[in-house]
Amino acid sequence: MAEFIQPENFDVAIRVNGLVNRFGDAVVHDNLDLEVHSGEILGVVGGSGTGKSVLMRSIIGLQTPTAGEVEVYGKTLDTIADEEESRDLRRRWGVMFQGGALFSTLTVAENIQVPLREYYPRLDQKLLDEIAAYKVAMVGLPPDAGPKYPAELSGGMVKRAGLARALALDPALLFLDEPTAGLDPIGAAKFDELIRELADTMGLTVFLITHDLDTLYATCDRVAVLAEKRVIAVGTIPELLATEHPWIQDYFNGPRGRSAADCHEAHGAAPER
Amino acid sequence: MAAWADFEHSDGADGAEVRFSGRLTLARLGDLPARLEEVGPISTLDLSQIQRIDTVGAWIVTRAAAQHPAARIVGASDEAQRLLDALASDKSEYRVHADRRPVWVRMLEQLGTSSVAIWDELIGIIGFFGAMLVAVFTQIRARRRLRWNAIVTRFQTVGVDALPIIGLMSFLIGIVIAQQGAVQLEQFGLEVFTINLVGRASIRELGLLMTAIMVAGRSGSAFAAQIGTMKLTEEVDAMRTIGVSPMEAIVLPRVAASTLLMPLLGFYASICAIIGGGVFAWVGLEIPPLTYIQRLREIIPMTDFWAMLIKAPVFGVLIGVTGCYSGMQVRQNAEEVGRRTTAAVVAAIFLVIVLDAFFAVFFSSIGWN
Repeated sequence: MAEFIQPENFDVAIRVNGLVNRFGDAVVHDNLDLEVHSGEILGVVGGSGTGKSVLMRSIIGLQTPTAGEVEVYGKTLDTIADEEESRDLRRRWGVMFQGGALFSTLTVAENIQVPLREYYPRLDQKLLDEIAAYKVAMVGLPPDAGPKYPAELSGGMVKRAGLARALALDPALLFLDEPTAGLDPIGAAKFDELIRELADTMGLTVFLITHDLDTLYATCDRVAVLAEKRVIAVGTIPELLATEHPWIQDYFNGPRGRSAADCHEAHGAAPER
Repeated sequence: MAAWADFEHSDGADGAEVRFSGRLTLARLGDLPARLEEVGPISTLDLSQIQRIDTVGAWIVTRAAAQHPAARIVGASDEAQRLLDALASDKSEYRVHADRRPVWVRMLEQLGTSSVAIWDELIGIIGFFGAMLVAVFTQIRARRRLRWNAIVTRFQTVGVDALPIIGLMSFLIGIVIAQQGAVQLEQFGLEVFTINLVGRASIRELGLLMTAIMVAGRSGSAFAAQIGTMKLTEEVDAMRTIGVSPMEAIVLPRVAASTLLMPLLGFYASICAIIGGGVFAWVGLEIPPLTYIQRLREIIPMTDFWAMLIKAPVFGVLIGVTGCYSGMQVRQNAEEVGRRTTAAVVAAIFLVIVLDAFFAVFFSSIGWN
């Protein structure tokens, strides 16, 4: 059997090289390069339609790129022939989709147990239940949320449940697609805090797509900016502010960008660790 | 190769000293939890030798510590300590399963809820039909123009698009009836009565019945799914806020289309079935088409045709109303759309057949034999 991936041995968790994505005539990505370092929270920003979600889908193998290569922990999903090996890679990451994508016929606890059952069919039910219970607790859901069905949850709770399922296998890598979209400011701030906290506790590498400037300031170590079909800049927010690119300037120095920055300075949270 | 999670223990005076080693992670856990359960009183849980730990490993350690109140956790790295702290608080109030009640209670409850649900459904469908009639009358009284555009669009999907499949199906049914009938009638040397069989059965019953089933499956389900999805995306609510009555804008055109088209489709289906029977009579029984048509004119009473024309719009209303009603009942989630769509088709076909039986008895009792 092939050697198992050991995420702690990698400095670069994700390496995207010369990625091209084309849908018919529409070119979404053209020669896009990106590196995500182990242990960092990388925020990915960009205008609507710049292909943030497509980038995420390319990395996790839901979208076969037209050209270019995507390596996660040194492996490329396209070229992995061995089922065992691709499963080993897949269990290294957890994905939280924008709408939560919870299985509507299962309860929250059962949703969390789906990946566990899939990868570790021999875990006994008692341990599965305990794992589900503490995951529910970790993501800050109320104690009675476990037996509830997704339809009975509020928007914020659905997001938290989605996060709990993404974390079910204790992945090294976490993908979040607009985690705070559709949440009220208080809920969004709490969610930002939760992501930061979980990333620190579990030593996660996080790939975070967002529109939310507050999220960027509160949680991200570095930010990658998608524009002109590629990543035009990657760096900490101060580094990005130093660049001349008009979109970046508009983004961070627009009215919303300024107020997020002011608010952030006022509360004194550190933008970088 | 990464090391499996493991532990060894040595018995001390006040309990066992457990030393973990390897990767204390979900993937490398193996049978460690079961083995750990078997160890007697534990005094120390030593984490200094482990290579890695994740939340599951930390949970196993936390659980052991909770089971043996005397146990101390030692040698935890910063990383391990963070995980242990995160899991330290009491999780016993977190529930995973809904409370389970005895089987007989759940059976009774199921019986009760489904009885009430069926009753509610019946009341609901009658109420919906009433609301629709009210909408029709207000529309007539206020002399508002019908939404002909919407209705004609439905004509396309309910009627024109259904022509090929209904035609083919009826044609084949005609052949089957003729063929099966001929086999039986041949025994008496009465093959020629096959024409009676095909002609009367198609016009009076089968053409329309098969059409109703097809329309219920094609259009009744589509009504339910479309309206259900519109409910989910809040289009129906948006309509209400703008002041457009969903009953007028969504339901009436659909019900009107299915009502107006059923007689046409039913007649078309009957003709197709007769053609099918005719083809078989020509090829299989060597009855020439002209004789076939001549004979049909002699044996099919006009009342058969009227019976079909009376039944058809009723079936149309029924299919349209059950479809739209089911769609309007959708709440919550996408799964409900599927459930309601199935329910619409099943209810429509069931009701059509029940009503057809009533009509059959009614028509023969008024002498339309």
